[in-house]
Amino acid sequence: MAAIIEPEIVERTLIDPMVPELFRIERLKRETEDTFTLDLVPQEESMKISFLPGQFNMLYVFGVGEVPISISGDPYETSRLEHTTRRVGVVTKAMGRLKPGDSIGIRGPYGSHWPVTEEDGRDFVVIAGGIGLAPLRPVLYHLMAQREKYKKVVLLYGARTPEEILYKRQLERWRGKFDLEVQVTVDRGASGWRGNVGVVTPLVARAPFNPSNTVALVCGPEIMMRFAVMELQKRGVPPERTYISMERNMKCALGYCGHCQWGPTFVCKDGPVFRLDRILPIFGKGEI
Amino acid sequence: MILSLESIIKAHPFFADMPEKHLEFITSCAKNVAFPERFTIFHEGDPANEFYFIREGLVSVELLVPSRGATTVQTVAEGEILGWSWVSPPYRWHFTARTQQRTRALVFDAKCLRTKCEEDHDLGYEVLSRFVSVISARLDATRLQLLDIYGRHN
Repeated sequence: MAAIIEPEIVERTLIDPMVPELFRIERLKRETEDTFTLDLVPQEESMKISFLPGQFNMLYVFGVGEVPISISGDPYETSRLEHTTRRVGVVTKAMGRLKPGDSIGIRGPYGSHWPVTEEDGRDFVVIAGGIGLAPLRPVLYHLMAQREKYKKVVLLYGARTPEEILYKRQLERWRGKFDLEVQVTVDRGASGWRGNVGVVTPLVARAPFNPSNTVALVCGPEIMMRFAVMELQKRGVPPERTYISMERNMKCALGYCGHCQWGPTFVCKDGPVFRLDRILPIFGKGEI
Repeated sequence: MILSLESIIKAHPFFADMPEKHLEFITSCAKNVAFPERFTIFHEGDPANEFYFIREGLVSVELLVPSRGATTVQTVAEGEILGWSWVSPPYRWHFTARTQQRTRALVFDAKCLRTKCEEDHDLGYEVLSRFVSVISARLDATRLQLLDIYGRHN
């Protein structure tokens, strides 16, 4: 297995960071009714993919527009990229209509990353809500690939309904592993669903991890992250070891245009992954 | 290892820092129970004279919705408290509780505890302040559920 990419490789200087590279859609996989995953391969065959878990790319549907989407694939995979997204706007709807063989433009990777390479020997609790599991999936690939470096690894995942659970087969496989605790809950149960019903945040209280040695990674709707942070603080996980992934209206991805300014930060450049203690004064503030 | 009722109760965060004399009384109201899968623990409308501390398994809290049938609004899992309708009149269950898996629990005689709480207000405060925390957490969770945060408009 290839070693995880090093930050200096990822932070290479792009010749022109505003010019996209051409990628070909190898597969478009429907995950849920309105969510799909693109498998992308570079048209330049010699290109090696490298990114750190938590980073994002700008995806350009030609003639329609460009959107920021987190990378959701395996960081050890150097020949292809995976992006999971939801059909919500003009660009993602057009993206969902593309077919295998079509081309797409990609700039990136951009942004900060989850602290997986710096936190050996810790418990990891990964808390995801809805499509927030997509930016966290590369972390799970990494934690499972380097399992011996970490202590307990816990995934707490909340979805709206059983039909809207992302990566179902993979979650089932992960759930079958003895060294990964996976707890899934849905806001609305359905007949035949025999698992947890309720929001994801109360799962924090009963999850098996040692708060004094835990790193918490949280991604989902902002309100869910606020409640998850409260539960983590109740358990005693300090803000210095709690990380969240923010979402704002990113356009240039380089901190030039200012669209994604969030208080004194730019989400595209300083984020999307933030250490909680560094943004605590602005986290959850409606006017920012 | 077989744990005594007292040690199980003392180790649970719900009873943390409770004075010894109150713990002794509460322990005297408790017993171990086990339920098979798909077993109805209590039924909506029936008298609410117990509460449960789930030790293992999963319990769904259901409401009968016309045309939809029994609908799970929440599940209660290992380490959590099930049932607070015993706290306030008319002391009847508002929901049905059914096991999703084989479940082990401690059941507490809430009728006895309720009477004792009326006689001993110190005990009453200790017990009710803990239940308020449980109810508050469930209210927060329910409000989040109502927001439908994963919905398309979000």
